[in-house]
Amino acid sequence: MADTEYAEVFREEAGELLEELETSLLELEKDPADLKIVSRVFRAMHTIKGSGAMFGFDDIAGFTHHVETALDKVRDGSVPVSKDLIDLTLASRDHIRALLDAATGSGEADPVEGQRIITALQALVGGGAAGGGKATSAPAAAVEKKDPTMGRRTHYRISIKPTPEFFVGGNTMEALLAELSELGESTVFKDAEQESGGALILLTMDKGINAIEDVLVFAESSCEVKVKVLAVEGQDEFEEHKKLGEILVEKGELSVDDLKTVLDRQKPLGELLVGENLVSRTSVDAALAEQKLVRDAKEKGTVGKGAESIRVASEKLDQLINLVGELVVTQARLTQVASHHKDTDLVEPVEEVERLTAELRDCVLNIRMLPIGTTFAKFKRLVRDLSAELGKEVVMVTEGAETELDKNVIDQLGDPMVHLIRNCIDHGIESPEEREQAGKPRKGTISLAAQHSGANVVITVTDDGKGLDAERIRQKGLEKGLLRADVEASEQEIWNTIFAPGLSTAKTVTSVSGRGVGMDVVKSTVEALKGSVSVTDSAKGQGTTITITLPLTLAIINGLLVKVADTYFVLPLSQVEECVELTREDIARFHERRMLPVREQLVPYVRLRDFFVIPGERPALEQMVISRIHGERFGLVLDDVVGEHQTVLKSLGWVYRNATGLSGSTILGNGHVALILDVANVMKCARQEEHKALTN
Amino acid sequence: MSAKNETVQSQATQYLTFMLREEGFAIEISKVREVLDVTTMTRIPRMPVYLSGVINLRGNVVPVMDLGQRLGMGDIEYTKNTCIMIVELEVDGNMVEMGVLTDSVQMVLDLNPEDIESVPKMGTNLNTEFIKGMGRQAEEKFLIILDIDKVLASEGEATLREIDNVVSLNLAESKPEEAAGLEA
Repeated sequence: MADTEYAEVFREEAGELLEELETSLLELEKDPADLKIVSRVFRAMHTIKGSGAMFGFDDIAGFTHHVETALDKVRDGSVPVSKDLIDLTLASRDHIRALLDAATGSGEADPVEGQRIITALQALVGGGAAGGGKATSAPAAAVEKKDPTMGRRTHYRISIKPTPEFFVGGNTMEALLAELSELGESTVFKDAEQESGGALILLTMDKGINAIEDVLVFAESSCEVKVKVLAVEGQDEFEEHKKLGEILVEKGELSVDDLKTVLDRQKPLGELLVGENLVSRTSVDAALAEQKLVRDAKEKGTVGKGAESIRVASEKLDQLINLVGELVVTQARLTQVASHHKDTDLVEPVEEVERLTAELRDCVLNIRMLPIGTTFAKFKRLVRDLSAELGKEVVMVTEGAETELDKNVIDQLGDPMVHLIRNCIDHGIESPEEREQAGKPRKGTISLAAQHSGANVVITVTDDGKGLDAERIRQKGLEKGLLRADVEASEQEIWNTIFAPGLSTAKTVTSVSGRGVGMDVVKSTVEALKGSVSVTDSAKGQGTTITITLPLTLAIINGLLVKVADTYFVLPLSQVEECVELTREDIARFHERRMLPVREQLVPYVRLRDFFVIPGERPALEQMVISRIHGERFGLVLDDVVGEHQTVLKSLGWVYRNATGLSGSTILGNGHVALILDVANVMKCARQEEHKALTN
Repeated sequence: MSAKNETVQSQATQYLTFMLREEGFAIEISKVREVLDVTTMTRIPRMPVYLSGVINLRGNVVPVMDLGQRLGMGDIEYTKNTCIMIVELEVDGNMVEMGVLTDSVQMVLDLNPEDIESVPKMGTNLNTEFIKGMGRQAEEKFLIILDIDKVLASEGEATLREIDNVVSLNLAESKPEEAAGLEA
């Protein structure tokens, strides 16, 4: 079996190719005439086959070969793109995935399925002759890929420079050259003046590059040998023909500078032609413009395709982020120490370090940011397959695919999103007939949108289906004890009971949904990512909107460091609107009622000392930090505002996962642990507690 | 438990012994990463009293539990012998570190299986689930061998009748808010 290390590389690469393949196929379905997409699909298959064979995944290479054969026919236009073809190619993609999983021991592939796909494909492209006979000789095809020069007339350039050792063994150049010449048609250029000089052979033959290597194998240790494939006949993409100068430079017989000086003496061809009155200046200009256009297009193509990237294990990235986190903490400490010393010589480099650290931090965090579009693309396939299975017509539109989000968040977002989309298709969107009766277009629409909102990313999943049946959900909720009969629940409250475990209003259980698991998983996954999910809108017959709010990153935030007695707290700076003072007189003016007029508006506040039951007397002059939660201003009263702080988020640990009003911790420059405030949670809890105190 | 007993039977196991309010306790030494002096601790507000807070352990935030308080043995008195044992345990498949406050750490002790008595069904005043056995020492003295994983991991459930009152009061404060939080 394949070497495990390489197998992993192949698995990753193939995984990416398969994803690309899927996206391309879905695009092709929309635009069957676009031959560029066909080539992209073909190329993806081709690469999978090639590297599959290289890394010893013969079954994958064998299977892919047949698909490739079929696609080749599509590419040359002899077979049209049809829905069946796309279905089959998508099925092939899934089968390759299965083969891949089977090869790495994480799944099983069904050989019958593979054979079925091959047979169906062959029937479709009508190419029984092309594939049928070869069904069993798949590995042979794989071997062929390894050496594209095998069996094809190929032109080679072989240059040999012997070292003195070569002749010690009794070898002569003549013998070696003769042996090479026997392989095919050859032209030998030999430095005749010196017996020990090198030689150059242009060879044309069809025995494959290995034949040359076989001849040269014994000479390789004592000669400098270079074999270059110049062109393979019948394989146009192999290499562009080179200009004379380039060939000479490549062979080292002419330096680039020399070539340039000589060329500079020469007038451009266009000038010469115009000078001789053979062509008009305009036609030369037109031709030049055309040339430039083609060249630009080509360059653009290569740049887009090969956006340079390196594959890095995500653990390494995590490690890097941890280290940067430590660095940020240490730097904060350094700044603190430097400020004590009041040494101007020290201040400057420390400030520099501070700036660099901030840049480094942003850079490193940025590495982990990925556009959310990568996940959106995956859902297109889901929507396509699922709507076909359920007999519904659904299109998916996406918005804000370029919105960036931490990779860890994106990775974990996949499952909940799948659940939500499944629900939309299964419960939300009606059948085409029902939709027509209701006067809606036959095709239902699911829209996925993502956008930044402060330090959060808001993702909405909207369908234009039948909407939530509030009455049924209320009944179910009462049954399950999620709602109380004696309390009038608001619409929102009723809707959001769908996130409770075990609640499903689907009348029948399908393969997709109805078992009442799913929505609670969505909720718990999103909450684990420090986000929230809720039904934000639903109207009967018009559809439902579900909103997921997630923090941008889970690693580092800009914070405001504050203090109550000896306890340090950090507020996310993004939530801080302003800081004001709260004097004894202010408090007396409002008779201890917790509110203060700020800019002609009364702002309610919570005293952290009371909320967190921190012992000690409050100071004469307190500070109030005002933040805005859900559009409302809200103040937190504390003893002292220390200043801004680069906050490396650390979890409080599983023991404190239920801590009230706190979302984590961080380590300060002086080594103390500060607690990160969850302002929205503090406000909510404070409000509920006050409410409870009043009703009791 | 049964799996643990098998390992105990095969050979002598090393235990770290420590004191909680004058009483001797022991846990398997393999669970203990290190022992620290008490450092600055940050209290987490509105949590049960036995959760003493968090410490900065070389850049990591580690929660600390007052084990005596957890076992219903009253408030801790900090002395120069008070220390924190850093214990490693598995929670939801992840290895996590946790600090355990003890009044003093004594020594490392080899105990053979025959030196360990099974737990009496009653009379310990402790949840017997938390106890692995009673280690016999010279002069008719016994050490309580704790199943530290269970003690630490059963957080919040207040399995000990003795401290029910203290803990449930604290929990009562925070629970309704959580429940309410889920609705909104």
